[in-house]
Amino acid sequence: MAKLKVAFYWAASCGGCEIAQLEIGEKILKVAEVADIVFWPVAIDAKYKDVEAMADGSIDVCLFNGAIRNSEQEHLAHMLRKKSKVMIAYGSCAYEGGVPGLANMFDRASIFERVYHETPSTNNKHKVFPEPSHKVHEGVLCIPEFNDTVKTLRQTVDVDYIIPGCPPEEKTTWLALTALIEGKLPPKGTVITDNVKAVCDDCPRKRDVKKVKKVYRTYEIITDPEICLLEQGLLCAGVATRGGCGAPCPQANMPCTGCYGPVEGAIDQGAHFISAMASVIDSKDPDEIQKIIDDIHDPVGTVYRYSLPDSLLRRARIQ
Amino acid sequence: MSFEPKILGVLCKWCSYAGADLAGTSRKKYAPNVRVVRVNCTGRVEPTFVLKAFEKGADGVLIAGCHPGDCHYLEGNYKALRRFQLLKKMLAQMGIDDGRVRLEWISASEGERFAVVVNEMTERVRKLGPFAKNGGSNG
Repeated sequence: MAKLKVAFYWAASCGGCEIAQLEIGEKILKVAEVADIVFWPVAIDAKYKDVEAMADGSIDVCLFNGAIRNSEQEHLAHMLRKKSKVMIAYGSCAYEGGVPGLANMFDRASIFERVYHETPSTNNKHKVFPEPSHKVHEGVLCIPEFNDTVKTLRQTVDVDYIIPGCPPEEKTTWLALTALIEGKLPPKGTVITDNVKAVCDDCPRKRDVKKVKKVYRTYEIITDPEICLLEQGLLCAGVATRGGCGAPCPQANMPCTGCYGPVEGAIDQGAHFISAMASVIDSKDPDEIQKIIDDIHDPVGTVYRYSLPDSLLRRARIQ
Repeated sequence: MSFEPKILGVLCKWCSYAGADLAGTSRKKYAPNVRVVRVNCTGRVEPTFVLKAFEKGADGVLIAGCHPGDCHYLEGNYKALRRFQLLKKMLAQMGIDDGRVRLEWISASEGERFAVVVNEMTERVRKLGPFAKNGGSNG
């Protein structure tokens, strides 16, 4: 059998997905037995023009991580889609926009203003901002154009499978790679993880009474190790989040932040999480409810930490 | 052409839907901008419904149910209240005006109140203009 041709790419991401891909450890040797890596900017020296020269559909699988935030990433997403038989959104950013997707609370103008002008360590009196092309003596210099709105990979090109997580757990990555190697791929559009409905289903903490009078941030409380974090007033997204990760965060006394995306069937993870949060607040009095809610300082960043571009609203409305 | 707001009204079957009915049978005049969906209880109204309505082209969402203490299912309206207050805080952060979503308690005998709420909300949303599909300066 001819070896599989595999490509990896990173768009708007942190590089953690590459590390997660290597986390499969010595199993990578098994991958090397059956697959050739034809493109992987972080590890091998193939250029964009090499990919361009490949025939359409000649790459068997492309694992694409990162959100789409500028014209270069958009171009590569289209190019790799054309060259690949199977396109996989790897990790939260490609799947739902991820943490870079929180930039959808702002737009290009306000981001440039903040980053290239306002920050205390920046000295930019003449407000020199990046321009897509700039004429210099020797010719025209070009950099990618920065978009207003961060998009997910699915909002950009046709995607065959999704591997969720920030970053995906080793066992999730391996589950997908095994399916690929054995040629036993699930139906198109599947989010590949162990079949666990919510993070709570893997979480050993006990659920008891849903009565919260005060919401805490993680540094404000020493939690009981046995009881559900949400019931102790920590904003744990487990109930709104797809399982399959094995619930490592709540087992380490940290609330789930929702990186595996919405539970199957929920179309908007944040809205689903808001429902769950509201159900543990123990009050019928609007003023008291408001007082409890006042302690939630950043609702959007809490409920859509990884999924703002993929949410129903997709971005903040900026006047 | 003048802008006619499209408002989704989600009314509980026991109080507010009957209240809306009373507004009709009492020949109350009110703005025709609210499209009503009946639910068994405001406790059934998930935040997703509100967001989905905006995504599908609504300019505002009115949720109305029984007065506190009157819920047919005892606590459904309190559940709605908690969800609503949390949702509102999130929507404010997303740059969505306060006037586009409203939670009201309207009993089966308050036909007049239903008409007033609908008129008020229609005017408010009319002033706000259409709900922006996008939001960045170039989409």
